Amino acid sequence: MTTMQKLLQLPVNAVNMVKSVQGVAQGQEEALSPVLTPDSGPQNWYNAVQPEELRHLRSGGTGGGGEGSEDRPGLEEGLTSVQSQPLRHDDLKEMLDSNKDSLKLEAMKRIVAMIARGKNASDLFPAVVKNVACKNIEVKKLVYVYLVRYAEEQQDLALLSISTFQRGLKDPNQLIRASALRVLSSIRVTIIVPIMMLAIKEAASDMSPYVRKTAAHAIPKLHSLDPEQKDQLIEVIEKLLADKTTLVAGSVVMAFEEVCPDRIDLIHKNYRKLCNLLIDVEEWGQVVIINMLTRYARTQFLNPNINESLLEESSEKAFYASDDEEDEDKKAEAATLAKRKPYVMDPDHRLLLRNTKPLLQSRNAAVVMAVAQLYFHLAPKAEVGIIAKALVRLMRSHSEVQYVVLQNVATMTIKRRGMFEPYLKSFYIRSTDPTQIKILKLEVLTNLANETNISTILREFQTYIKSMDKDFVAASIQAIGRCATNIGEVRDTCLNGLVQLLSNRDELVVAESVVVIKKLLQMQPEQHSDIIKHMAKLIDNIQVPMARASILWLIGEYCEHVPKIAPDVLRNMAKTFTNEEDIVKLQIINLAAKLYLTNSKQTKLLTQYVLNLAKYDQNYDIRDRARFIRQLIVPTDKSGALSKYAKKLFLALKPAPVLQSTFKDRDHFQLGSLSHLLNAKAAGYQELPDWPESVPDPSVRNVEIPDWSKCTSRKDRKEKKTEKPFYSDSEGESGPTESADSESDSGSGSESASASDESGSGSESEESREETESEDEEEDEEKEKKRKKRLDKTKAKKPAEESAESEQSSGTEDRKRGRKAVKNQKSASESESESESSESEDESEEESEEESESDTDIRKKKTPISKQPPKQSKKESKKERQEMSLLDLDDFEPAPASAPVTPVNFLSSSLVSDLEGLSLTNNILAPTTIAPSGSIKMYELLHRITGEGLAVEYCFSRQPFSPDPNMVAVQIQFTNNTNSETKNLHIEEPRLQSGMRIREFTEIDVLAAGESVTVVMGIDFCDSTQAANFQLCTHTRKFFVSIQPPVGELMTPVFLTENDFKKEQGKLMGMNEISEKLMLGEKCVNEHVIVERVTATANLSRVPCGSEKECRFAGKTVSSGCLVLVTVPTKEGGAAQLTVNCEKMLIGTLLVKDIMQALSQ
Amino acid sequence: MIHSLFLINNAGDLFLEKHWKSVISRSVCDYFFEAREKAVEPDNVPPVIRTPHHYLINIYREKIFFVSVIQTEVPPLFVIEFLHRVAETFQDYFGECSESTIKDNVVIVYELLEEMLDNGFPLATESNILKELIRPPTILRSMVNTITGSSNVGETLPTGQLSTIPWRRAGVKYTNNEAYFDVVEEIDAILDKSGTTVFAEIQGVIDACVKLSGMPDLTLSFMNPRLLDDVSFHPCVRYKRWESERVISFVPPDGNFQLMSYHISAQNLVAIPVYVKQNISFFETGSSGRLDITVGPKQTMGKTVEGLVVTVHMPKVVLSANLNATQGTYNYDPVTKILVWDIGKLNPQKLPNLKGSLSLQSGAPKPEENPSLNIDLKIQQLAISGLKVNRLDMYGEKYKPFKGVKYVTKAGKFQVRT
Repeated sequence: MTTMQKLLQLPVNAVNMVKSVQGVAQGQEEALSPVLTPDSGPQNWYNAVQPEELRHLRSGGTGGGGEGSEDRPGLEEGLTSVQSQPLRHDDLKEMLDSNKDSLKLEAMKRIVAMIARGKNASDLFPAVVKNVACKNIEVKKLVYVYLVRYAEEQQDLALLSISTFQRGLKDPNQLIRASALRVLSSIRVTIIVPIMMLAIKEAASDMSPYVRKTAAHAIPKLHSLDPEQKDQLIEVIEKLLADKTTLVAGSVVMAFEEVCPDRIDLIHKNYRKLCNLLIDVEEWGQVVIINMLTRYARTQFLNPNINESLLEESSEKAFYASDDEEDEDKKAEAATLAKRKPYVMDPDHRLLLRNTKPLLQSRNAAVVMAVAQLYFHLAPKAEVGIIAKALVRLMRSHSEVQYVVLQNVATMTIKRRGMFEPYLKSFYIRSTDPTQIKILKLEVLTNLANETNISTILREFQTYIKSMDKDFVAASIQAIGRCATNIGEVRDTCLNGLVQLLSNRDELVVAESVVVIKKLLQMQPEQHSDIIKHMAKLIDNIQVPMARASILWLIGEYCEHVPKIAPDVLRNMAKTFTNEEDIVKLQIINLAAKLYLTNSKQTKLLTQYVLNLAKYDQNYDIRDRARFIRQLIVPTDKSGALSKYAKKLFLALKPAPVLQSTFKDRDHFQLGSLSHLLNAKAAGYQELPDWPESVPDPSVRNVEIPDWSKCTSRKDRKEKKTEKPFYSDSEGESGPTESADSESDSGSGSESASASDESGSGSESEESREETESEDEEEDEEKEKKRKKRLDKTKAKKPAEESAESEQSSGTEDRKRGRKAVKNQKSASESESESESSESEDESEEESEEESESDTDIRKKKTPISKQPPKQSKKESKKERQEMSLLDLDDFEPAPASAPVTPVNFLSSSLVSDLEGLSLTNNILAPTTIAPSGSIKMYELLHRITGEGLAVEYCFSRQPFSPDPNMVAVQIQFTNNTNSETKNLHIEEPRLQSGMRIREFTEIDVLAAGESVTVVMGIDFCDSTQAANFQLCTHTRKFFVSIQPPVGELMTPVFLTENDFKKEQGKLMGMNEISEKLMLGEKCVNEHVIVERVTATANLSRVPCGSEKECRFAGKTVSSGCLVLVTVPTKEGGAAQLTVNCEKMLIGTLLVKDIMQALSQ
Repeated sequence: MIHSLFLINNAGDLFLEKHWKSVISRSVCDYFFEAREKAVEPDNVPPVIRTPHHYLINIYREKIFFVSVIQTEVPPLFVIEFLHRVAETFQDYFGECSESTIKDNVVIVYELLEEMLDNGFPLATESNILKELIRPPTILRSMVNTITGSSNVGETLPTGQLSTIPWRRAGVKYTNNEAYFDVVEEIDAILDKSGTTVFAEIQGVIDACVKLSGMPDLTLSFMNPRLLDDVSFHPCVRYKRWESERVISFVPPDGNFQLMSYHISAQNLVAIPVYVKQNISFFETGSSGRLDITVGPKQTMGKTVEGLVVTVHMPKVVLSANLNATQGTYNYDPVTKILVWDIGKLNPQKLPNLKGSLSLQSGAPKPEENPSLNIDLKIQQLAISGLKVNRLDMYGEKYKPFKGVKYVTKAGKFQVRT
C-alpha cells in the first residue's frame, strides 16, 4: 500500500463515520460480539477492531470482568461523549493534522495510552507517521514509540519515516544521532536492512561513545531481523570490542552474546581490558561481561583445583609478598620446586578473580550473583568462601531475589557445604516467609546438616513441624528423613521423633511421617522391630488411609521381625476389610500374601478369607489383585511356573530409597542462569565448557600495542580531572606501561604515584615468578638464576610490605611484555639488589629477615613509603614521593592493610605485640582497653611469629554454645599468613584442671594461604579462671597454647524483672555479698556509659530499674548456673558503690575487681 | 533479553503492556494466571514460570505483578532486579507505585519504559539521568505545560549518561548546602519460647539526602568500621578506599539515595532491646483460649522504645478476642485473623500488658501451634550495633556544607516463637 492509496482511503473512513453514526446502537452490539459481525459491516473497520476484541475475549476467560473498567477510562479520556471507535480515531487524526503542537501532543498521548492498554491503533499510522519530523521533541518521541510498535505491520508506510532518521544520523548533536539510530534499528522492516547496516557501521566509528553504545545496541536488533548479516555484524562487534570506554563495553558484550557467543577468539585481545574496565561499567553491563568472562575463562585457563597437592608445595614466595617469616630450608625447597612444573595460576585468571571481587559489594543483586557464580566456577577451592557472605546478604532482599539466590545456594551447598556453614542461622525460617522460600531454606538447612550442627538443626526442625502451613510441615518431615539417612548418628533420634508425629491430628503430617519412617526403616529394619511393633499398635488409631497402607506394607515386608504381631494385625484387618479405603485394601492383600508365604500355618485361612472378600470387591483393581495373587501364591495344579518363585517375588530385598537433594548435580548448569533455575536448558543457553586438559596459549591475550591502558588513563585523566584521582582503579590499571606512564606525569598527584607503586611491586614480584616459570631461556644460567631468585624474593617482599601489604599485589602480573621487557626489568632489579645487598646475602638470612621486619614495621607506622624500581634515580623518586604523600595526606591512599580478611590482625601487627609475641603467655596481657558493647575484644592465642605464620586469635563470642549449654563459647580465628596451605588444624592433648572439659572444633582440613577461618569451640571452665591448656596442631607443627577466661566471660545473661531481682538478691546476702565503694572515672558520666562498661566487662544483662541512679545487672555462671547479681548505685560527685551478689565467692571477688577497674577508668 | 512487560493488578486485570521487540500476544499471560490461581497467596507465585515458547519472570510489588516475557537464556536475577528498579523509578516519579498512578501517568510510564530498555537491554536506569530526559510530573509543571504547550521531555543530552559518574547530574546549585545521613538499623531476630535468642543479626542502611552544589567529593568515616561485617554500596562509593582504609569516599548523587547497606552478623553480639513474656494457650474443651502478653525493655542502652506494635497471626479457628490492654489499643481482624496491639512508647516503670480470652470456633479442634508474635519497634538516636559516624569531610568544593547524622533502630523481621 502506498501513501497515495492510504490517502485515498480517507473518504472511506468518512463514509464509515456516517454509517456508524447512523447505527450507534447496532455498533455497540457488534463490539460485544465481533464474531457475529454482519457481512455488510464496514470491512476495514472490522479489521481494525478484530484483533483487539479477540484479545479481550481471551483475557476475559481468565482475568474476570475487567474489560468494562478497562474500556471506560479510555473512552472518557478519548472524548467527552461515548462514541464508537472509528469516530474517535477520526478525531485524533484531525488533531494530528492540525498545526498546533499542543493538539498533536494531546492526540499522541491518547494514542500511546491506547497502545499501553493493548488497544489497536494501527489505523492511525498514516496520520501519525507524518509527524515524525515534528519540531516538538515530546511529540517526536511519542511518534517514535508508535512507529516502533506498528512499523512491522505497516512496512510500506514505515518507509516514509526513514529519510527523517537518515537525516538525523548526520545531526551534529550526539543525542539526536543516537536516538535516530535507535529508532531506525528498532523498525523491524526487512527492506531497510542495508540502510541499517550502513548506519550501524558508521555509528560504530562515531566520535561520541554514546552513539557507539547505541550502535552496539543496534547490532542484535539487526541480527534478529536478518541473520544473514551475521558476518558483517561480527566485524562491527570486533571493532566495538576494542573500544576503550566503559560506556560501550557492556553493550557490545551483550551484542557479542546474542550474535556470536561462540567466537571466543574475539575476546582474547580484549580480555585484560574488559577485566580492568569492569568495575566502572554500568551494573547491567557488568552482569553480562562477568557471565561471558566465566565462559571464556573456562576455555582458556587450567582448573585451579586440579592438583591440589602440588598447589600447596609450590610455595611461590613472591606471590604472597606480605609474608614476613620464611626459613632457609623452605627457600631452598622453593628454589628446587620451581624447576618442577606445579600448577601456577595464569596471571590473567588471577586478574579476573581479583577485579571481580569488589563487585560482591554491589547493590545490584544480579551483579553479586554473577560474581558469585564466577567464583564458584573459576576460583580455587580455598577462595570460593568469600562469596557466601554476599549471597547471605542478598537473602534480605525482595522475596523474588531470595528465591533465586536460595536456589543457587542450594546447589552450592551440595558441592561446598563448608562455605555456608557459618551462616547456618541465616537460613532459619520465619513463619512469615512465603512457602516457596521456606521450602528452599529447608533444602539448604538439610544440605548443611552434619554431625556437629545436626542437633541445632533438628531442634529448629521441631519448631517447624508445628507450623500452620501444612505443605511446609510435610517438607520439614521429609527434611528430617533426609538428615536421618545422611547422618547415621541421629537416625534413631529422628525415628523416635517421627514416631511421635504419628499421633498428630493432621492427616498430612501423619501420612508424611509414615512414609518417611518407612523409608528409614528400610535402611536398617533389623534394629527397629520395636518401631514396627509400635506402628502395628498404632494402626488401630490412625485413620489416614495412606498411613495405614504404609504401616501394613511395613508389617508385611518385615513380617519376619514381628512374627507374633503380624498375623494378629491381619486378623484385625480382615475384620474391617470391607470398610477400608482402596489403597489400604490393596496393602491388606499384600500383607496377607506375604504372611501366607512365610507363615502359612497360622494365616492360611485368614488369607483365603481376605482374598475371598477381595474377589467380590467393588473396585476392579482390588479384584484383579486378588485374582492375581491367588494364582501366584496358592499352589494348585493349574498354577504356572511362577508360583514356585512366589516367595522370591514378594519378599525380594527391596533397595532402600535414596533420599537426595533435588539440587544434586545441578551445577553443570552455569549458576545464576535461567537454565539452572529451571534445571533444564533454556533457549540460547551457552554450555559452560569443561576446563581444558592442557594450557591454551596464554600469549593470545597479549596486545601488540600495549598502549591501551596508557591511552585510556591519560585520556580519562584529561577528561575528568576533578574526579580522576579517586576513581582511577589503582590496581586495575596496573598494566606494565602504567608505571612508566605515571612516572612521566607524577605531578598528577600522590594517587597516581601510589598507583604506580602498587603496579610496581606487582610487576616486580611477577618478575620472580616469570623466572620460575620460564626455564627455556635460562638453563645455562642456572646458578646465577638461583642466586637472583633469592634476591628477588627478598626484594619482592620488601616493597610490597612497604607499600603496606598491598593485597595480592603479586597477582597483578601482566605478561604483556616480550622478552625484552623482562630483561629490562631484570637489569633494573639487579641494580636494585646491589643497593640492597646487605640484606640479600645468603647467609644470616634469618637475622636480616627479622631486622628488616621490625624496620618496616616502624616505617609502616610513619607513612607507607613505597619503593619502586624505576630504571633511574630510584632513591630520589622515593624521597619525592614520600614528601608528596606527606603534603597531600587527605588524598593519599594509605596502605591497604591486609585487613579485609582479618580486621583484628591490625593490632597484632603493631610493634608492641611484635615484641610481645616472643613470649607465649601474653594472651591475657593484651592491652585492656574497654571494648564498647557490641564489639568483642580479641585475645591472642598464637602470634604469627611463634606460629610460623599461623596467627590465632580468640574471643568470647558470648553466644550460647549450642552443643553444650554449660560451656563457654570461644570463637577462634585462624589466619594463615604464610604462603602455603596449612592443613589439619586441630586440638590435641588438652591438659585441664579437674572437672574442666573441652569441646573441640571440627578439624579444619585446609587453610589456604592468606585466608582466615573462624571456628567455635566450647570450654567448660567449671566457673574458674584457670586456663585451659592444649596443643594446637597443624599437619607439621604443634603449639602449646592456653585460653584463660576473664571472669566476666564465665557468665551468661539472665533476664529478671525488678521484683525477681530483689527477691534473688535477698537470698544472696551476707557472705555472698561483696560491696566496694569507688569513684567513677571521668568518662562515666551517665547511666549509659556505666551500662556499657559493665556489660563489656562481664556478660550480664541489664535489669530494669525504677531509679535513674541505679543500674542493675543479672547473669548466671555458665557452668553451674549460679546467679550473679550486680548493683551499681551512683551518688553525687561521681561516687558509687558496687555490690556483687554471688554464691561463688571467688567469682564475686574477681568480678568486683574487674568492674571496679572498668568503671574507674 | 526482556521482550515484553505486562502489568497485572491483584484482581487479575492486565492494565499495561509494553513490547521492546516484536509484539507478543497477551495470551501468554494465561500461564501466569494459571500459576497465580494455584498459589493461594500472591507471595507464592513462582518468580519464574516456564511456558512452551517463553519464560515469564515476575515480581509482585505494591499489589501489582510485573510480568516480563523472556525468550532466551538470561540470568533471572538480572530481570528481577531490573523490574524492581522499574517499580522504584515509578515510586520516585509518582510518589507511589500503584495501579491508579500508573494509569494516570500512562504516557510518562511509557516514555520511561522506552528509555530504560533498548531492545530489552537496560539503557538508562539511574533516576538522575531519567529525570533529565523525562521530568517528573508536578502540579505546577503540568499547569505550565497546558498553558504554554511545552513538554516535560528534556531536550538536552543527559550529561550523566556520558560521564563516569552517571548518577550525578551536572550544574547542581543550592543556596543551602546540606548533607544528611540517616543510619537506620533493623534487628532481625528469632526468639524462642523462653526468650533465648535463636538468631539475631542487624541489617543497617545509611540513607542520605545530599543537597550540595557543584561536584562535592565526600568522605564519611566511622568510629568503629570494623563492626561492619558485610557491606554493599551505591555505585558511587569507591570500593578500593573502603577495602584499604575503611572509609566511604564518594561523589554523591543529587538528592535522596541509599549510600550503603550493611550487615552485622549473628557472630557478633546483638542487643535485643525488648523482651516479651507471653502465654497463649488454647483449651481442649470449651472452645476458648487465653492470651497474656507482657513487653518489657531489655537492652535499650538507656533509650526509650517507641512505636511498639505486636502483631499476632492467629490460627484460623480463632473467632474473636476479648482482651484488656493496660496500654495502647488492640484490634483483632476476624477476616485476616491478625491481632494488632499498638502499644506506642514503652514505659519501663509500668510494663504494658495485654490479657484476656480468645473464643474459638466451636467444635473445631484446638490449634496445635501457638502463633508467633511479630514485634515492631523504633528507638530514636541509637544505632543498636554501636556504629558511629566519625566525621564527614568534603573535598572539591569551597563552601561549608551543613552536615547532619541521625540514628534510628527499628525492628526488622523480629519474631518471637511461642
